[in-house]
Amino acid sequence: MAVCIAVIAKENYPLYIRSTPTESELKFHYMVHTSLDVVDEKISAMGKALVDQRELYLGLLYPTEDYKVYGYVTNSKVKFVMVVDSSNTALRDNEIRSMFRKLHNSYTDVMCNPFYNPGDRIQSRAFDTMVTSMMIQVC
Amino acid sequence: MEVAAGGGCGAGPPLLLSDSEQQCYSELFARCAGAASGGPGPGPPEATRVAPGTATAAAGPVADLFRASQLPPETLHQITELCGAKRVGYFGPTQFYVALKLIAAAQAGLPVRTESIKCELPLPRFVMSKNDGEIRFGNPAELHGPKVQIPYLTTEKNSFKRMDNEDKQETQSPTMSPLASPPSSPPHYQRVSLSHGYSKLRSGTEQMHPAPYERQPIGQPEGPSSEGPGAKPFRRQASLIRSFSVEREPQENNSNYPDEPWRITEEQREYYVNQFRSLQPDPSSFISGSVAKNFFTKSKLSIPELSYIWELSDADCDGALTLSEFCAAFHLIVARKNGYPLPEGLPPTLQPEYLQAAFPKSKWECAIFDSYSESMPANQQSCDLNRMEKTSVKDVADFPVPTQDVTTADDKQALKSTVNESLPKDVSEDTATSKDYNSLKARPRSRSYSSTSIEEAMKRGEDPPTPPPRPQKTHSRASSLDLNKVFLPSAPAANSGLLPPPPALPPRPCPTQSEPVSEADLHSQLNRAPSQAAESSPTKMDAPHAQPPSKPIRRKFRPENQTTESQEPAAAVGGAVSAAMVKPHPTVQKQSSKQKKAIQTAIRKNKEANAVLARLNSELQQQLKEVHQERIALENQLEQLRPVTVL
Repeated sequence: MAVCIAVIAKENYPLYIRSTPTESELKFHYMVHTSLDVVDEKISAMGKALVDQRELYLGLLYPTEDYKVYGYVTNSKVKFVMVVDSSNTALRDNEIRSMFRKLHNSYTDVMCNPFYNPGDRIQSRAFDTMVTSMMIQVC
Repeated sequence: MEVAAGGGCGAGPPLLLSDSEQQCYSELFARCAGAASGGPGPGPPEATRVAPGTATAAAGPVADLFRASQLPPETLHQITELCGAKRVGYFGPTQFYVALKLIAAAQAGLPVRTESIKCELPLPRFVMSKNDGEIRFGNPAELHGPKVQIPYLTTEKNSFKRMDNEDKQETQSPTMSPLASPPSSPPHYQRVSLSHGYSKLRSGTEQMHPAPYERQPIGQPEGPSSEGPGAKPFRRQASLIRSFSVEREPQENNSNYPDEPWRITEEQREYYVNQFRSLQPDPSSFISGSVAKNFFTKSKLSIPELSYIWELSDADCDGALTLSEFCAAFHLIVARKNGYPLPEGLPPTLQPEYLQAAFPKSKWECAIFDSYSESMPANQQSCDLNRMEKTSVKDVADFPVPTQDVTTADDKQALKSTVNESLPKDVSEDTATSKDYNSLKARPRSRSYSSTSIEEAMKRGEDPPTPPPRPQKTHSRASSLDLNKVFLPSAPAANSGLLPPPPALPPRPCPTQSEPVSEADLHSQLNRAPSQAAESSPTKMDAPHAQPPSKPIRRKFRPENQTTESQEPAAAVGGAVSAAMVKPHPTVQKQSSKQKKAIQTAIRKNKEANAVLARLNSELQQQLKEVHQERIALENQLEQLRPVTVL
């Protein structure tokens, strides 16, 4: 259901970015990039005291005509950004949350691999499979 | 009994079957019948299978079996006609047996006539092809549970009833073995892996490969002709041995899975277990991720591949490996090194549950191999330590050993060559030290937790011309001037002034003396480039040191030099540090041995940490490079598109 899924590292470079290969992939990349500003805004708005209570799920970051962008931040400031087709109105917030949860779990599994160095691009096939399963419903 | 029934049921000729023929035919019939009818539940009475009249072999498997006999189709038609199946419309046991006998006759070159089967004939030969009934239950894709039971049960039946026929099988086997390929690897399935398993049985291993034959393409020349009869005695012997084995179920599972390259043989399993124990003494606990990473990195596979292998084998994704996960990972690495492409998913034979079930006895075998674990790679014994780095490097050399049956000779050589590449690197370091004690030192120095024996060896190594420092230690505080006088002549002249004075005093100032000195040296050394340090320390050593102590220092430092060349600057720095450390040593030789020990352990720890950090650094730098490239590519793309898109 997602059109584009991206995992951004703490330093705001992409660890993993994947979009449906339909058209204008770069547009999605750009959207993800611009949404990082919104993510930072939301994180900083919480304030230091609220860090513990801060929700990981950030919700809708950025609606455009065609797409909606959702965000999710882990405690290690790794950001997950998901671009969803606006026409897909059947998608509820809970579903987005569950998708992010799945993403987070897969990311944790990737981190558990001792051969994965944090900050590497994510090349795990299991992660790929999981992301594909999330995206495949669009096509 | 079948004979009589045969005589009764059909109008076929009275059939005289020898014992082996009986076994063979009944087995084949049971297979075809079972495969057709979908098989019974787990553990049906065999008698019903064999009992004539209750079961009929379906046309499908029978046809496949006949085709596997490699006879021309018209012959097969003739046989079918003759045996009476066409007439009665089904393949009852009599018809089946007659058909088989006719096949044997045809294969022997006799014309297909009823008279032919009256004489003694060899067993019919069937190419173990995919279509063969035997294969059907080997292939998990086609197989369903009940079918799986069939080979196991039939062989079990055979084992119960045919134990006395072992002799016959023995006599048959010699004819098979020359035709069989040597006990080749599990994945050597082009060949008669049947006979491979068979010969393995003969050699007394408990390895079961009933399934491998399905891999063979149809129409294999030479060997396959022996497989037919070879299969049966194999199966029976297999079942015999199986019946002696403790595990029935995993053996049954063995027959399910055709994944030869992914099945772990017994010897491989032992090897892996020993490796596990070298990393983690308790077989039931975990190997942590970093430990496993260091170990597997020595296999010289690329990091992405290792990462993928880890992903496959760490089933519970906890960042640690249990024994079964470790064996699976090791096996995958071994397979990869031997050229096998990594599978998409963890093969069923490598699943942790399967491995645990298949080799529960490995737990108590571990006890047996307790004594072996030291001697497994001989180097372990020589080192007398749990030195993972060196031994695991040597173990990589041992990779070819258990996988000898996994690869062809070429692959083995390739593997050995890759392994030998890794070896000379360490060997060169060792030879560079050029002294036995130095070789002992160079490696253990990187281990911070070596036993005291190594430290003593190191001490002895450091002062080869002087008497062993141990007595000195005992007399460090004592004022036995006699011993001091004994040591005096060999001690450096500069130190002689220090020694006669009460030995009790120097130990006190010595730690303060050596430590500040050492720290200063440490800092200075660390700040300098390793190459400079290399030059500086010899000069330092030329300072009022006696020749004997400085020689080992210099020599000690040379390996440090070479380790720097092999990208371990930290180690070199550490070596320089240790060289600097040793500088004050002669001055307080007798009294500071204890402090020296402490310092050296600290040095070792630092060196180890340095090595790890250096490695991490190089990896990070590589990643940084990649990221830079990506970023540049993306920026270029953006630049190109900017004039086009309207932002």
